[in-house]
Amino acid sequence: MNETPKPNSFRAGPDEDGRFGIFGGRFVAETLMPLILDLQDEWNKAKTDPAFQAELKDLGAHYIGRPSPLYFAERLTEHLGGAKIYFKREELNHTGSHKINNCIGQILLAKRMGKTRIIAETGAGQHGVASATVAARFGFPCVVYMGATDVQRQAPNVFRMKLLGAEVVPVTAGSGTLKDAMNEALRDWVTNVDDTYYLIGTAAGPHPYPELVRDFQAVIGTEAREQILAAEGRLPDLVVAAVGGGSNAIGIFHPFLDDKDVQIVGVEAGGKGLDGEEHCASITAGSPGVLHGNRTYLLQDSDGQIKEGHSISAGLDYPGIGPEHSWLNDIGRVEYVPIMDHEALDAFQVLTKLEGIIPALEPSHALAEVIKRAPKMRKDQIIVMNLSGRGDKDIFTVGKILGMEL
Amino acid sequence: MTARMDKRFADLKAEGRPALVTYFMGGDPDFDTSLQILKALPGAGADVIELGMPFSDPMADGPAIQVAGQRALKAGQTLARTLDLAREFRKGDQATPIVMMGYYNPIYIYGVERFLDDALEAGIDGLIVVDLPPEMDDELCIPALAKGINFIRLSTPTTDEKRLPAVLKNTSGFVYYVSMNGITGSALPDPSRISSAVSKIKAHTDLPVCVGFGVKTAEHARLIGAAADGVVVGTAIVAQIAGSLTADGKASPDTVNSVVTFVRGLSTGVRAARPVAAE
Repeated sequence: MNETPKPNSFRAGPDEDGRFGIFGGRFVAETLMPLILDLQDEWNKAKTDPAFQAELKDLGAHYIGRPSPLYFAERLTEHLGGAKIYFKREELNHTGSHKINNCIGQILLAKRMGKTRIIAETGAGQHGVASATVAARFGFPCVVYMGATDVQRQAPNVFRMKLLGAEVVPVTAGSGTLKDAMNEALRDWVTNVDDTYYLIGTAAGPHPYPELVRDFQAVIGTEAREQILAAEGRLPDLVVAAVGGGSNAIGIFHPFLDDKDVQIVGVEAGGKGLDGEEHCASITAGSPGVLHGNRTYLLQDSDGQIKEGHSISAGLDYPGIGPEHSWLNDIGRVEYVPIMDHEALDAFQVLTKLEGIIPALEPSHALAEVIKRAPKMRKDQIIVMNLSGRGDKDIFTVGKILGMEL
Repeated sequence: MTARMDKRFADLKAEGRPALVTYFMGGDPDFDTSLQILKALPGAGADVIELGMPFSDPMADGPAIQVAGQRALKAGQTLARTLDLAREFRKGDQATPIVMMGYYNPIYIYGVERFLDDALEAGIDGLIVVDLPPEMDDELCIPALAKGINFIRLSTPTTDEKRLPAVLKNTSGFVYYVSMNGITGSALPDPSRISSAVSKIKAHTDLPVCVGFGVKTAEHARLIGAAADGVVVGTAIVAQIAGSLTADGKASPDTVNSVVTFVRGLSTGVRAARPVAAE
């Protein structure tokens, strides 16, 4: 009865156990299992509840600023001399990235469930800021766990979160980065099961998080698909997005998955190169394993111990990836490629100078891949790239590397 | 299931006292010291040994056990080496059950079938794998039971009556009742609540019920032991190891002794705890 059907759709997952092929699942402690099941029940009700969808849409329009524009990057296109390049301008959203789409959705779920306290993990601080923002908007106390290393390198976002009324807890355990922050958030949740909602920031973790985060982010791809049809009268040839945990990428990819002529590319953080240890390319240089509630590609050693990732971009600095990406890779629907720190940094500067847009370092990785591919494509071909966040938060990092005093 | 585990609990029942179940991290602070600790535990009064498998990301553990895992990993501990500890121990002790406790990923990477074969051969009696709830039984629980290795499940205060049968379904050896929500090493909860929770579980199973999370002293062990078939002590033992180390985190001449002395104290607690689990 559970014969796996040939996927005549790439958009049907996950199954009822939260699996995308062998990936996904619910690998959590027993304490959390009842909570995960509650969340799944509530999510199943919410997604078909017209009132929930209406509130989500209304906040999307008036609080986030949706739909975000699809922008034809004319000068960049001319400069590269190949395919036409469009940006999905998620960096224009309230709080400056795609993260807010998911946070608005999940805070509405938390409210429905009668929870009174929000916890979140953050790497670069974008998800922390978005969580603190919606917590302020809905009047919830909010605790954000952030690796101590990240607290230092993302000071402006730490201050933003504090201004918004959140408590930022630096995590020193392990390496003091995103994965450790996620461990600490899970510990908080295990301890405060009754009143606390865990607002996960990426399309990973135990089922139903990968599904619900994807569905909240899929507004990006749904809009982009309509917008490109309106602008060009046809679908793009290529869709590109950066992948850390992978929420912005799955958000733009998902509505295009069944458009078989649309090529899709996810860009991982190649850091200082895949030969060494300093990268975050979970798919291109990792292997399947189990961490943070799901089976997915991970950076790990031969004993199954999780390794530290490295990326110039704190937002890509996670040694895993959402389980749906792992599946899309293995079945060959999406191609995943690495981009090195220096390539992302070059792309960052190109976009700043040619289009007057300062991108975050995360989408700068996607942009570097676009810069490689566009010149090899015909002028009548079309690329849509998710410009998932703005670069204000990164100017200090970039300044330091370029040797400028700020 | 393994005769050792069932025999141990049957003998204790006949003796009329709860089991002292001791947890410590394999390879902490180094392989040789942890082997000495392991060998000394039964003599100090441990009835069942939980042997921790270090993991880089122990999401359900508090700071003490996290740091113990980091010490072990830094000293070169691997899953294969933790199996070696058990193998060495078995050469001199055929009676004390060993339960390996940790997280799934190192086992998954080692290979489930290969791991179960090696564990059986090393004399392992049971497994506690924190991040494998009943929903994930196909991964390791069912294959382990098929090979004759106990799969011990955690039941928690969030496990309600409705969920309890699912949690107990494929559990064997004993049931580990985590007496509070939270991470390992938190404060001790109210004994009367523990007693009623144990009764609830016992209404659904004939398996022994051991209670853990928060036990730090012989008096705790006595109080909890009055309400349960076994008392699990973990963080407090790990803290003894940590407290005995040299300034640079290495084993001192006192490390093994401090654990032995502490466990001996706990064992007086469980021996004063009768009657066992009044249903």
